[in-house]
Amino acid sequence: MFDELLTAGVFASAIRLATPYIYAAIGETFGQRSGVLNLGVDGIMLMGAFASFYAVYETNSLLLGILVALLVGALLGLFMAFISVTLQAEQGISGIGLYLFGLGMSELLFVKLLGTPRSVDGFPRVDIPLLSDLQFLGIGEIFFRHNLMVYLAFALVPISAYVLNYTTLGLNIRAVGQNPQAADAMGVSVARVRYFTVTLGGMFSGLAGASLSIALLKVFQQNLTAGKGFIAVALVYFGGWRPTWVLAGAMLFSFVNALQLQVKTVGIDIPSEFAVMAPYVLTIIALIFATKRREQPTALTKPFERGE
Amino acid sequence: MKRKLLFILPVLAAMVVALAMPVATAQDEPFSVAAVAPSATNDLAFSQSMFDALTAVQEEMGEDAFEFTFIEGQFNVDDAAATIRDWAASGDYDLIIAHGSQYGAALEEIAPEFPEIAFAWGTDVNTFGLDNVSAYEAASQEGGYINGFVAGGLTQTDVIGVIGPIEVGDAKLYVDGFKAGVAAYAEEEDKEITVNVNYIQSFSDVALAAEAAETHLSNDADILTGTAQMVVGAIGVAQERGDVYWFGTQSSQTEFGGEIVVMNQVYHWEVVLMEIIANMEEGVLGGESYKITLENGGLEMEINPDFAGFESEEDYETLQEAVQILIDGIVAGDIEVLPAEEE
Repeated sequence: MFDELLTAGVFASAIRLATPYIYAAIGETFGQRSGVLNLGVDGIMLMGAFASFYAVYETNSLLLGILVALLVGALLGLFMAFISVTLQAEQGISGIGLYLFGLGMSELLFVKLLGTPRSVDGFPRVDIPLLSDLQFLGIGEIFFRHNLMVYLAFALVPISAYVLNYTTLGLNIRAVGQNPQAADAMGVSVARVRYFTVTLGGMFSGLAGASLSIALLKVFQQNLTAGKGFIAVALVYFGGWRPTWVLAGAMLFSFVNALQLQVKTVGIDIPSEFAVMAPYVLTIIALIFATKRREQPTALTKPFERGE
Repeated sequence: MKRKLLFILPVLAAMVVALAMPVATAQDEPFSVAAVAPSATNDLAFSQSMFDALTAVQEEMGEDAFEFTFIEGQFNVDDAAATIRDWAASGDYDLIIAHGSQYGAALEEIAPEFPEIAFAWGTDVNTFGLDNVSAYEAASQEGGYINGFVAGGLTQTDVIGVIGPIEVGDAKLYVDGFKAGVAAYAEEEDKEITVNVNYIQSFSDVALAAEAAETHLSNDADILTGTAQMVVGAIGVAQERGDVYWFGTQSSQTEFGGEIVVMNQVYHWEVVLMEIIANMEEGVLGGESYKITLENGGLEMEINPDFAGFESEEDYETLQEAVQILIDGIVAGDIEVLPAEEE
């Protein structure tokens, strides 16, 4: 039975499913490490997904699609930063507002500009020479037969971990999230750092949306993300605000999701409702243990005002 | 003189009113329908099928005689219920349609408060014993059977993948009918064909539907089908492969899927709508259950003339003939799609 379940196809499927979560959760990690919770990730993903799709649909340029996703993500991230940093609005509520804006606006634009689901020639699968032919344990199929946006998502994890842990910028981000008063006293501009991380997070969320609409699915439909942005926020907590653990969480969630698809496909007699619940139940259980393991940024969700 | 004028004026006024009255009554109010649906009017599936039907009825009756309001994207049942209640309270509509089986409980609560307003909902057969509620459903197992039978003949790997949303209503009937069609073909040809079914428990998760399609393909499926609006993701996967064929249902998916689409079962709810309207004109507001079938023309089997598997016009005509034989068999009752208790 395990041969039937643990196939290379299931692992490859897990990698594809994890891709949008990785982009969105890594971006959110930057924001949360600096003390800003952005619950509008899903809304930014939707806008990024639509904008990149429409750009590719109109121009056939994948590069333009990516640039547009980054731009839209940056603008919405900047907007969120303005609300949460400058206006010091309650972050949870303003994030939900941003989500609802993205949900509604992407749907409106879709109806007005496209009218009906259409497909584009998005990112094609790129088989890495030699490596994609590796037969041992299906490694070639699992890791080396994906589109460029999948490879890029996985490449971002070590880069992000390095930036956060071994650079001055990363040190400033962590300091601002942990003790903004101390960081401010040391001459670090709390507002500037938070503006940067939330805008960066928005750009990553835009890419997350684009990874769905022009790479994995090559189609846009209303509410395309189906709440994946919220799962990404949960994965940041799961990963203890560390990119490598966020990746582990995304992979675990996606692997169980891929496994439940395989369980049903090969006809193993488990109620499909139970199988579909499994990734979420597992994530909640893991989250309970994960949050005990790690300390969240002390200043998370707390606006900073000089002299407090 | 002045006195005479004073006397004439009320008479003239009465004459004007009298002349105006027949004009006012001669202009009949159009039949007005309001409908609420869970997804978009362009979802290539369930909601679009009702929107297309209302548009068809309007074309048939004329815009002066039939008008409709359509609220889409009402996944949230509470929001839909509030909309339905507002419509009913306004008194502006002759018929209010709740297009989605999830709206049943809300309708059961609202409809008794407005006995003069007609309601319809589906897909279901339950009118809750109310005289102002009609229920409608699709015998989607019929088209499912035909799709399945043809799919059985097309598969090279003898593995077929099905992507479903939740195992209820017309989605379940379609999938069950599809499996029965494949089984009937396999029995006739003495073959073994595996049908893998994957209900993803969502009507909207396009990405999960796409991954379910990928999972089917990695398990050797070369034919895919599916029902509900999230299947655009699965069609996209089949399109990318190029050598995987797709069978559609609910609405035509040919424009989106292109040449990988073999055929579609298309719902024509206008058949049911016209029946409901006709009954309402005779004073029957509800209490009846309706069904679209191959026999009453509510279900149409639409073959894609541009399907990649056709090598010539002859192939298209051969498939048309084969499909017609199956339709005739089902309509005549010679083919029992599903055992009676399953329908």
